[in-house]
Amino acid sequence: MKKQILALIIATTVANFTHAADTIVIDGSTTVGPIAKAFAEYFMTANPDINITISESGSGNGAKSLLNASCNIAAMSRPMKDSEFKACAEKGIHPVAHVVALDGLPILVHPSNPVQELSLEQVRKIYRGEIMNWKELGGPDKKIVAISRDTNSGTFETFNKLVMKKQNLSAKVEKVGSNGAIRQRVQTTPAAIGFAGLGFVDKTVKALKINGIYPTAETVQTGEYPIARPLFMYTDKYPKLGSPLYQFNTIHLTEDGQEIVEEIGFVPVTAY
Amino acid sequence: MQKSSSLIMSNATGQRQRMGALLGQGFLLFITSLSTFAVFFIFYFILKDAIPFFKLEGFKEFFTSTAWFPSGEPAEFGALPIFIGTGLVTLGAVVVAVPLGIAAAICLSDLLPFNVRQIVKPVIEILAAIPSVAYGFFALVVFAPLLQNHGGAILSAGTWMILGPILALLVVVLGDLINEKLESKKTGWVVFPILGGLALFTIHSLASRLAGVEISSGTNALNVAVILGIMALPTVVSVSEDALQAAGRELREGSYALGATRAETIIKTVIPASVSGILAAVILGVMRAIGETMVVWMASGNAARIPDPWHNMLQPIRTLTATIAGDMGEADHVTGSSRYHVLFAMAFCLLAFSFVMNLASELIVKRSRKKLGKS
Repeated sequence: MKKQILALIIATTVANFTHAADTIVIDGSTTVGPIAKAFAEYFMTANPDINITISESGSGNGAKSLLNASCNIAAMSRPMKDSEFKACAEKGIHPVAHVVALDGLPILVHPSNPVQELSLEQVRKIYRGEIMNWKELGGPDKKIVAISRDTNSGTFETFNKLVMKKQNLSAKVEKVGSNGAIRQRVQTTPAAIGFAGLGFVDKTVKALKINGIYPTAETVQTGEYPIARPLFMYTDKYPKLGSPLYQFNTIHLTEDGQEIVEEIGFVPVTAY
Repeated sequence: MQKSSSLIMSNATGQRQRMGALLGQGFLLFITSLSTFAVFFIFYFILKDAIPFFKLEGFKEFFTSTAWFPSGEPAEFGALPIFIGTGLVTLGAVVVAVPLGIAAAICLSDLLPFNVRQIVKPVIEILAAIPSVAYGFFALVVFAPLLQNHGGAILSAGTWMILGPILALLVVVLGDLINEKLESKKTGWVVFPILGGLALFTIHSLASRLAGVEISSGTNALNVAVILGIMALPTVVSVSEDALQAAGRELREGSYALGATRAETIIKTVIPASVSGILAAVILGVMRAIGETMVVWMASGNAARIPDPWHNMLQPIRTLTATIAGDMGEADHVTGSSRYHVLFAMAFCLLAFSFVMNLASELIVKRSRKKLGKS
């Protein structure tokens, strides 16, 4: 209720700045997608004459869309690559990063798994195929079923960089197409291990301590939890002050914005 | 004056009518040829984007290496495990769909009364109308956990279901052959129970061995093969039922007139007469299975690795279609990299394969029609 009243106040103030119907097009990461959607909902109740369309096609596609000027905001769960920056610069597009939230990548196992804690090194060895049985980690005598996101996702790239140190995964690792699918596989497979965004941890799966640190909002924020990343929205140049795009891209700095981020399971950038 | 003008008018209308007809025919021809052009365009564009890959990386790694790390540094593009994964899943689907499909087709064409068939066949064909993502969801959410929890029981039940009809047929045919050789009516009472018992024993021993198997991951080649088999079933059933029907009433009645029983007629006359049509049905079923993407992507595990040993269906595999679907997103932003073109190289392999298969089935159907004396 408080949020709605606030939105109304913002609406009346913002209404003075905006003229005519505007459209904001967002494309990119499936991880950042929920944030973009929640922001859009919030923003559109305040500014009913502004249309926001969101498509979730992966971080890489988001960058592609920004490059082709077919979107205003590229939602990305990884920073832009050198090659993408270069391609943008050549087309006269200057990507500016807005970090809208932080995300941890909890390592998930089946709730029945007695293992509580792994080191980053052990996780890497599991995904390298060097540790093959839960027995070696103090668990039951069961072959580990390692599950990863497919290599086309920003989530995978974060995992690849922070955990695998860019070494190749073992070819035995199963790949699935979404965070939800990873949780689905882990909650139904007693010997599974997987990783997904912090927002995907619930009662049906168990997050492990990594290097002794349990993944929570606090440990992600302080940087103690080792597998954490910022989530980005990229715009072409910094949006014009006061423009709808500017309004939208500063939601995450408001108290409401941070509440939204927290509500859908991510970690706000600043403590309020 | 008036007369000539009316003559000219009628000439003009006639011309206009002819022009109109020509225009209409031309337009319809154009519409029809659109789909033909589409095929050529697809070939052209896929080839156009596939060739740069082979220029960049050569043929050897793609077809012989087993290391598939398209996002690695340096990237490796060994697609052999992916080809094998595709082959394995397709083979599995054939093993599921063909015995069941042919058995169902025989039942439909020769055993069931006409009015029952009118109901059963459309119901089987509904299987083809279910969207593949629904099958995929079922495979991932229902079938995979089932395989993990009751893997052995499912395996042994499956063995009964698939080997049962095959061995039953074998027993009948073999028994007849032996009886003919022995030329004695009495041996029939001995030969059939012995063969039948042998068959039952084989299935039972295999099934009970499989009952002890534990499946660690439910998203594997077997899961996908079973689901794809079910998806290919309507194609196999309906095409081979058509083939069995096409064998004709004369052939069946001729066989009955010679004193053959219904079983003998089906096994020795109808099936041999329509074997090429059944083969075409199998090929169409194969193509349905090999081109399927969503189910495979969702439930095959997508691990680009040759199972160990290669025929182990209980390990995750990765197929061409799933790789194309899965890697497209991040493949490239500025086109021109191997990672982008490799997907087209795969698409081209798939296209070439299904093209050859399609031609083969077309030829087989044509030949069978000739053989049966129908155009």
